[in-house]
Amino acid sequence: MKLQLTRSRVVALAAAVVVLGGATAAWASGGSDPQAKYRVEDAFIDVNGVSLDTSLYLPERTPAPAVLLAHGFGGDKHSTEKDARELADAGLVVLTYSARGFGESNGKIALNDPALEVTDARQLVDKLAQRKEVQLDGPNDPRIAVSGASYGGGLSLLLAGTDRRIDALVPVITYNSLAEGLLPNGVFKSSWGGFLYSMGVNESTEDVCGRFTAEICKAWTEVATTGTMSEETLNLLRRISPASTNTGVTAPTLLVQGEQDTLFGLDHADANAKQVKGPVQVVWFAGGHDGAYPDEKLRARIIGWIRYRLTGQGENPFGAFEYDVQGNITPEGVQSVRTVRVPDYPGVHGNPRKLQLSGGEQTIITPPGGLPAAISGMPALNSRLAQTPISSLFGMDLPGQQATFTSEKLTAQLLVAGSATITLKVSAVGTPGDGVLFVKVYDKDPNGNRTLPGNAVAPIKLPPLPQDGSPIEVSVNLAGIVRPIENGHELQISVATTDQTYRTPTTPATYRVSLDSVEVPVVPGVATESPFPVGQLLGIAGVLVLALVLACIRRRRREDVDPNLEHTPLVIQGLAKSYKGLTAVDGLSFRVERGQILGLLGPNGAGKTTTLRMLMGLITPTSGTIRVFGSLVRPGAPVLGRIGCFVESAGFLPHLSGAENLRLYWAATGRTPEEAHLEEALEIAGLGDAIKRRVKTYSQGMRQRLAIAQAMLGLPDLLVLDEPANGLDPPQIHAMREVLKRYAATGRTVLVSSHLLAEVEQTCTHVVVMHRGQVIASGTVDEIASAGGATSFAVDQPELTATTLRQLGVSDVDIEDDVVHADLNGVACGQAIAALVTAGVSVSRAGPRVRLEDAFLQLVGEGS
Amino acid sequence: MTLVQDRTLRFGVELKRQLKRRRTKLLTGLTALLPLVLVIAFGFGDAPDTAKRGGTFADLAMVSAPNFVVFGFYVAGAYLLPVVVAVFFGETIASEASWSSLKYLLAIPVPRRRLLRQKACVAGGLSAFTLLLFPACAFLVGVIWYGAGDATSPSGDAVPFGKSVVALCIASAYIVVQLSWVAGLALLLSVSMDAPLGAVGGAVMAGVLSQILDAITALGDARKFLPTHYTFSWIDVFSTNVDWTAMANGVLLSLGYCLVLTTLAVRRFNRKDITS
Repeated sequence: MKLQLTRSRVVALAAAVVVLGGATAAWASGGSDPQAKYRVEDAFIDVNGVSLDTSLYLPERTPAPAVLLAHGFGGDKHSTEKDARELADAGLVVLTYSARGFGESNGKIALNDPALEVTDARQLVDKLAQRKEVQLDGPNDPRIAVSGASYGGGLSLLLAGTDRRIDALVPVITYNSLAEGLLPNGVFKSSWGGFLYSMGVNESTEDVCGRFTAEICKAWTEVATTGTMSEETLNLLRRISPASTNTGVTAPTLLVQGEQDTLFGLDHADANAKQVKGPVQVVWFAGGHDGAYPDEKLRARIIGWIRYRLTGQGENPFGAFEYDVQGNITPEGVQSVRTVRVPDYPGVHGNPRKLQLSGGEQTIITPPGGLPAAISGMPALNSRLAQTPISSLFGMDLPGQQATFTSEKLTAQLLVAGSATITLKVSAVGTPGDGVLFVKVYDKDPNGNRTLPGNAVAPIKLPPLPQDGSPIEVSVNLAGIVRPIENGHELQISVATTDQTYRTPTTPATYRVSLDSVEVPVVPGVATESPFPVGQLLGIAGVLVLALVLACIRRRRREDVDPNLEHTPLVIQGLAKSYKGLTAVDGLSFRVERGQILGLLGPNGAGKTTTLRMLMGLITPTSGTIRVFGSLVRPGAPVLGRIGCFVESAGFLPHLSGAENLRLYWAATGRTPEEAHLEEALEIAGLGDAIKRRVKTYSQGMRQRLAIAQAMLGLPDLLVLDEPANGLDPPQIHAMREVLKRYAATGRTVLVSSHLLAEVEQTCTHVVVMHRGQVIASGTVDEIASAGGATSFAVDQPELTATTLRQLGVSDVDIEDDVVHADLNGVACGQAIAALVTAGVSVSRAGPRVRLEDAFLQLVGEGS
Repeated sequence: MTLVQDRTLRFGVELKRQLKRRRTKLLTGLTALLPLVLVIAFGFGDAPDTAKRGGTFADLAMVSAPNFVVFGFYVAGAYLLPVVVAVFFGETIASEASWSSLKYLLAIPVPRRRLLRQKACVAGGLSAFTLLLFPACAFLVGVIWYGAGDATSPSGDAVPFGKSVVALCIASAYIVVQLSWVAGLALLLSVSMDAPLGAVGGAVMAGVLSQILDAITALGDARKFLPTHYTFSWIDVFSTNVDWTAMANGVLLSLGYCLVLTTLAVRRFNRKDITS
């Protein structure tokens, strides 16, 4: 395929590109400007007795509202850089800083102590109020939002709870109570505890307390070594948790909590949502401490929310509540996520739906020393592990340590969203032991594979069990999850005695547990109108309209008719065709009259087939005209309907029979079947029963005959046959000659091309001799034959005849048996005969030399 | 003279010419049988790996008839369905040229634009029929083997059976429209070369190339302009809240490509010297 970029093609392409471009612009919203629209000031700011490493992001347009951005545990001001840039891009002043004890800031970590970290933040707000770039609501009262993830989220709640100047806050994946976060139901979450401790000590620390304050260090040591809290520690943790200050939060709050979070689960956000006094919106997203940070889309919406709250511009991007549902792995290997929007926040226990469980009463043991312990996941790594082939190694329940209670097979999908509740009946067998159990919710598929959604485990510390083995009932809130449990799956509650994520009880014990139902939270979403792709629809409409317009453009060229030639079958004038410098036809002119059988004679390569192709409108002449019955021939010109043709090769659908081919060909003309004269054509083809066979099976000659028959369908006024004798045997050639003669006798016209002289001589009335793309002779066959002026004499004495003729001044005398040929060179034929008779030669016949071949060779010239 | 050019090569005539071809029967037959092949393949396969959490995508297929059709679309969507369209459109002009019958059609004379239009209409009809035959057969097979249950999409959304049938219809229609770019390309290649295999192969290759490029994430947003980028966007319809954005993008992109390529094909065919 050659691609020539002609001007018109470029225009067509450009038009289409414009339509596409206009439409695509609608959805390919401009990417962020690489030129930063803000500048950054780094500084150490002294507040509250420490020196904090800060960065201030100042947008182009100030004064603007500000955002105080606090980092997560173990991070510093650089970990919030990305969020800060995005906020600054949105036109907000952003202050990031390394909290005391982190990064380059000095001081010790006090876990968001209101007197320390929270006061630091308050004084940073004071400093911001002094900046002229920050919009003020009043003296020393900047228009400000505070946000942060995890540790930073805790700070944002604590600050907003104690500082009325905060206008909006976005606590992300954060806690409500540190005591509940680290010791849920009083059971120490040892794996996470160690993880966090390691972030507070760095390589250079020689002290076990690392960068923690002495107070925190003491509390930590107590918890880590005993797994329990003293009253003093409990009070400390209460004092530094948002739960203690949340009632002071009156600013609008956007709580963003992760569904993959074994550190601070959905229950923490729920508690915060219930405690704060300002308007609350809750988002559960597919991520968390075990999974991902909010993705680009969610971050952009959060920024939109902050802008909405601080400037009043735009719309609130969030409703009261929304949650992400993680689906299956798509065929592309990506976890798919969809978001369910809910008009009201129903709390973490949702609208409970009761499921009956079977399992009866089961006995489980706590092994001595708590070993081996069940594995429910790896803190902070769970979602990454889930995508590896070894994920199954990180989910293990041990025989004898687990009781399972299973629902019926679900008959429709059950979308669990929140924290399920159960009432467990437990009794001790023998000594009650430590009384710690771990409850999990499994999704069990029909093959028996179990999935632990969110790797979530709820530990319970049982009240003292009666020594006599009588059961007590405990109500348990399970960990919050979002999980679509599919049709045909079962929901299974597992009650286990050990779990590696927690400090497992070491005292051996045996329990009898039973459970007959579970209340599962279900939060139906509302059909939200996703923004209708208006731009694209307009684009589609545009494309369709353009297609319609292009389809309707018809260059209805008026037929170019020369009325003087209306009755002349064919006039060719000055016809030329050249391909890339090679001239196939060069100034060809001839005409064909009614009733003629015209032979187009020429050696191979003379340009005969090219001429016939132009006559059929298959190729466009470089110059010159072809008129058929006065109409100019162009591709698709209606006058072509008056021509029947067979050019170069037969063209049939190989999968159809000869008869079907002819019938469908005629059907394609759209003319009535009566006009076809199919029977006559079939007779000409003379294929007999073979006409019903598929064309694939035909010989060359059979195809040839069928093609001639096809050309004659409908008895066209001008029949054009290209080398019709090829592949025919002598009787068939003879028959064909008769057919053509009869055809012409009806007043129709036949044009036959051939390189066989004898054929033309015997079939045609007229001949046009072509050579190298030009006509070199034309006329009746007789005229052409004698055009060279040669005369033949049939005589009894050839030698004497030759001598006599030479004496007359005749040239090119040629003896051929009894016939002498000579070019008379102006000598009259009668004069020559008289001379011969005088010389005593008996002349039996004299006349023009009728062998066309000689004339032809003479015309074409030797060696061509 | 009774020749009326608007009656030349009517739809029915061209359809008859194509329907009797073995490749038409073979292609539609194969497409209709593929769902059965899948069912049998599932029957022979091992039970799903118990060590794996959750289920593979193939396990989802066996949940219900709608899921089976969705699975079929995924299996066939990348290769089989584009090949169907490429074959029907790639052969339009090129196979007539290879049989030398093109010149006789043009000499009838069927105007070139009309010839291309009629051929494209029949190819479009056959393509759409075959493309829709596939989900229809898959649905039938699915109902028989896996029952008329809810559709569970890869995004974990459950759509009730009745709604899922509507969704399947929309998805099928989307697939037909989305593949229009293949039709346009195959048509352009068909008028540009005399070998039907070249035209069909060229269009299929372009699809494969586009998919490969789409897999290179480094190309970023440029991939949004690859014609195959929205191949599987119909999945969005299997959800309680349908987001039409990706599908609208896909339709717009495909129709845009189709328009450009078809326009080029028409221009090229109009001016071409027919020498075969």
